Amino acid sequence: MILLEMRDITKSFPGVRALDGVSFDLRAGELHALVGENGAGKSTLMKVLGGVYPHGTYGGEIVIDGEVRRFAGVREAEDAGIAVIYQELSLIKELSIGENIFLGREPRRLGVIRWEELYSRAQRLLDELQLPLDPRTPVGRLGIGQQQLVEIAKALSQEARILVLDEPTAALTDAEVETLFRIIRGLKARGVGMIYISHKLDEVFRTSERITVLRDGRTVGTDLTSALDEPRVIARMVGREVGDIFPEAAHERGDVIFEARGMTVEDPNVRGKLLVENVSFSVRRGEVLGIAGLMGAGRSDLLMGIFGAHAGRTTGEVYVAGRRIHIRRPSDAIRHGVGFVTEDRKRYGLVLEQTILNNMTLAGLRRLSGRFVTDVDAEAAAGGRAMKDLRVKANSVFTVAGTLSGGNQQKVVLAKWLLTNPRVLFLDEPTRGIDVGAKQEIYGHINRLAQEGLAIVLVSSELPEVLGLSDRVLVLHEGHVTGEFRRAEATPEAVMACATGHTRRAA
Amino acid sequence: MSRPANEPAADRPPANVDVAPPDAAGTTGAVTARLGGFRVPTETLRAYTMVFALVAIWAFFQWQTISEMFPWGLFLHPVNFTNLLKQMAVTGVLAVGMLMVIVAGQIDLSVGSVVGLAGGVAAMTQDQGLVVSLAAAVVIGVAIGAFQGALVAYANIPAFIVTLGGLLAWRGVILWLTRGETKPVYLTPFRALGVDLVAPTAGYALAALAVAAVVWLTLRRNSARRRHGLSVPSLGATAARIFVPTVLILVFIYMMNTPTRANAQGGVPLPVIVLLGVALLGAFLTQNTTFGRYLYAIGGNPDAARLSGISLRRHILAAFCLLGALVGVASLMHTARVGAATPDAGSLMELDAIAACVIGGTSLMGGRGTVFGAMLGALIMASLDNGMSLLGVQNATQYVVKGAVLVAAVGFDMLGRRKG
Repeated sequence: MILLEMRDITKSFPGVRALDGVSFDLRAGELHALVGENGAGKSTLMKVLGGVYPHGTYGGEIVIDGEVRRFAGVREAEDAGIAVIYQELSLIKELSIGENIFLGREPRRLGVIRWEELYSRAQRLLDELQLPLDPRTPVGRLGIGQQQLVEIAKALSQEARILVLDEPTAALTDAEVETLFRIIRGLKARGVGMIYISHKLDEVFRTSERITVLRDGRTVGTDLTSALDEPRVIARMVGREVGDIFPEAAHERGDVIFEARGMTVEDPNVRGKLLVENVSFSVRRGEVLGIAGLMGAGRSDLLMGIFGAHAGRTTGEVYVAGRRIHIRRPSDAIRHGVGFVTEDRKRYGLVLEQTILNNMTLAGLRRLSGRFVTDVDAEAAAGGRAMKDLRVKANSVFTVAGTLSGGNQQKVVLAKWLLTNPRVLFLDEPTRGIDVGAKQEIYGHINRLAQEGLAIVLVSSELPEVLGLSDRVLVLHEGHVTGEFRRAEATPEAVMACATGHTRRAA
Repeated sequence: MSRPANEPAADRPPANVDVAPPDAAGTTGAVTARLGGFRVPTETLRAYTMVFALVAIWAFFQWQTISEMFPWGLFLHPVNFTNLLKQMAVTGVLAVGMLMVIVAGQIDLSVGSVVGLAGGVAAMTQDQGLVVSLAAAVVIGVAIGAFQGALVAYANIPAFIVTLGGLLAWRGVILWLTRGETKPVYLTPFRALGVDLVAPTAGYALAALAVAAVVWLTLRRNSARRRHGLSVPSLGATAARIFVPTVLILVFIYMMNTPTRANAQGGVPLPVIVLLGVALLGAFLTQNTTFGRYLYAIGGNPDAARLSGISLRRHILAAFCLLGALVGVASLMHTARVGAATPDAGSLMELDAIAACVIGGTSLMGGRGTVFGAMLGALIMASLDNGMSLLGVQNATQYVVKGAVLVAAVGFDMLGRRKG
C-alpha cells in the first residue's frame, strides 16, 4: 500500500535549484533510505514534506493516501501524520520527558493541565518503546541518544504514520543504535512508513527495504536494497563529471610550511567523546590540501582545534616552517601566520553592521594600522587594494558588510585573512551558499594564491570542489583519516568510499 | 597581495571603488537612506535627527522663557546656559564611559552607587590632603570597575546581574562608611572642581588652542591621504572642515565669557571643560584606536571577534576599568557641585547615563553608538530637565516627559531602521 507519494518536486532558492523534479514514494511498514552527498537535496526534500516550506513555495504534488495535500505549515503536516526528527534536536532541555512529548498538546480540562494523565500516557509510550526512563526526568539530563529516542516517542504520540529520521545515529553510541534499530523493527510491524537519511551506508543496508539516491537535486534511482550493493550506491552518489569550472592549475610546490601531528579534539558537551582522533597532515608552500568528508566527520573541528578556537579540549603538535609552535588562542595562530576563513560567514566571519573596511582589517588591524592609534587612511589604502584584487562589488570600502551579497561577503572574509599576511590559509566551506559566478571567482583566487606560494587547506562538503582544486586530498570519517590521495588518484568513487567508511587507504 | 597573473588589468570592472573619507558621524556605518534627492548615510541621518530634536527643544524653551527682563528668552542666555551645562557635565562624563561598556555589549547599573561611594570617600579623606582625596575617588572607581569587569569577563556572570548586585552593595557600603551622615567639602580647590569658572582670557586661549588643533589635524589628514594615494578633499571642502568647527568653538567661548549678573567676570565652568576633555578622549579612544575598534567588533559579533584573534576578556575588563575611572571623576564633580557627600548621592545616575547613550543612537545589543551621540543625548536630557524647571513644571510631570522622550527616541530609531 502506497502511503506517500511526492511527485515531481521542484524547489529553488535564489541562484540555486535545490530540487529539480524529484519523485519519491513510501509504503506502509517500509523503511526507505534517502542517500546522497551533502547538498544533494535530501534535507530540502524533507522540509518540503514536513511543511517547513509551505505549499506554493515549491513545485509538484504531495499525495498521502491517494489525496493531494497542501500544507500551509509544519502543524498541518503533523496533523496529516508526518513527523520529522531533525538532526538538531528540538526538545526543550529544561522540561521533562512527558512535557516535551505533549508540548502544545497537553491533555487539559478548562485550560488546566492534567498532569496525571500526561505522565501516565507518556509512561505508556516509553514502555511501548521499551525505554527504561521516568517521564518526569528533565530532558537535559538525558544523553543525546536517549533524547533522540524521546523524539521518536513524541512522534508516536502524534500518531505519525510517516516518520522521517535525519541522520538519527550521528550522535548515538553503538548500544543506542541497536535500541534504535529494535524500535524501527517494531514500527515497521505497526505499519509506520519511515524515511531514513544517513551517510552511513552499512546502516542503510541493514535497515532499509529500498534506497533512493539523490544527486544535485535530482533522483538518480530508486531500487530494492537487495538489488544493490555499496559500491553501486557510491557510484550513483558521485556519478558526475567534475566540470571544467575548475581552472587547471599547476601549483609549484615548495617546502613543508605547516604540519599538524596527532591532533585530537574532544566534544565539549560529551565527555570522553572524540570529534577528531589522532589526525596528522602537512602542507607545502603553494600546495592546496583538500579535506573531504561527510557532515560530522570532524573537518571543521580539526581546523578549529588547530586554530585554538575549539571549545573542546584539543591536543596535538603544530609546526610552522619546521618550528614547533603553541597555539592556545586564535591570536597565537595569527601571529604565527595561520589564517582561517571560517565557515558560516554571517556567524563567525563578519561583523555585519560594520563597514567592509572594518571587517577586512579586523584580524590584521595592528599590522595594518598601528599598535594603538589607528590610521584609517593606511587601512583604507590597503582595504581598497584588497577590494580591487578580489573584485568585491560595492560602492566603497565604507559600505556596510551586511548589505553585500553572499559572494561579496565571502570575499571580504577572505580579504580579512589575506591582510594578516598568512603563510598557511585554512578555508572552511568557502563557497557555501554563494552563486556559481562568485564560486568560480573564489576558485580563481584559491589557485592564484597557491601559485603565489601560499599553503592552503581546503575543507568543503562539495566533493567536485575538493577534487577540482586540491593537489592532495585527505579524507576524514568520524574523526579519523580514512584515506589520502594524490590529485591524479582522487576519483569521486574512491574518495566517497573512504568518506562513508567503506574503505580505507593510505597515500 | 598581487593581482591575478592571468588576468589583464583592463578586464576588470571600472575602478570606481571610491575610498572617500568617512565623515565624523559615519565612520561605523554607511547604509544609505534617501533624503529628498540626496543619499545620506543613516548614521549621519540619525545624528542630524537628534541635532534637529535638540534645536527644537531649545527653540521651544527659549520662546517660553521670554520675559521683560530677557526679551530674547532666558533659556539660552549665559545665566542659564552655564547652569544647564554644569548640570549636564556629570551625566556626560558617565555617559562617555557607559558608551564604551554598552558598545562592547555589556551594561553597568552600579554607576550611581559608585558615584556616591567614591564621592563619600573623597569627602572623608580630605584630612589627608587634596591629592589623596581626589585620587581616592578615582582609585575606588577603577578598583570597583576592575572587580565587576573581572566577574563579567572571567567568571562569565552577566554584566546586568553583577552590576545590579553592585547597585545595591555599594550603596550599602556608603551607609556603612558614613553612618548615614552628610560629609561637607571644605577644601577650596576640591570645591572649585564643581563650581569655578575659567577666566575669560584662559577661555580664549583654550579656544585658540582648539582651533589650531583643528587646522593641524585637517591638514595632516589631507597629507596622509595623499601619501596613501587616496582622493584628497578639495580646497573648498578643506576650508569648510576648518571653518565650521572654528566658528562653533568661538561662538561657544564668546557666549560663555559674556559677563552676567550672577558672575561679573563670565567664563566657562570648570566641569564643562572637564566634560569636553573627557568627551574628546572618549571619541579618540572609540574612533581612532585599535581598542575602540575591538570594542565595536566584540559588541557586534563576539564570535567573529574571537576568531579574529581579539581577546574578549581583556577588552571587556578594560572597558569596565575605564568606566570606573570616569565614575571616579564624575563623583568628584558631583560632590564638589553639591558641596557635600550625601549617602544618597548619585542615585539613578546610571539610568541617566544609559538614557543619554540610547537617545544618542547607541544599541543596547552592542556594536553601535558614538560618543558624539551620547553627548547629544546627555544634552537633550539636561535641556529637558533645566527647561522644565525654569518653566516651573511639576517634578512628577518632568519624570513622565523624560521617560516618554527616551522611549520615543528609540521608537523613531527603530522606525528609521526598518525602512532603511
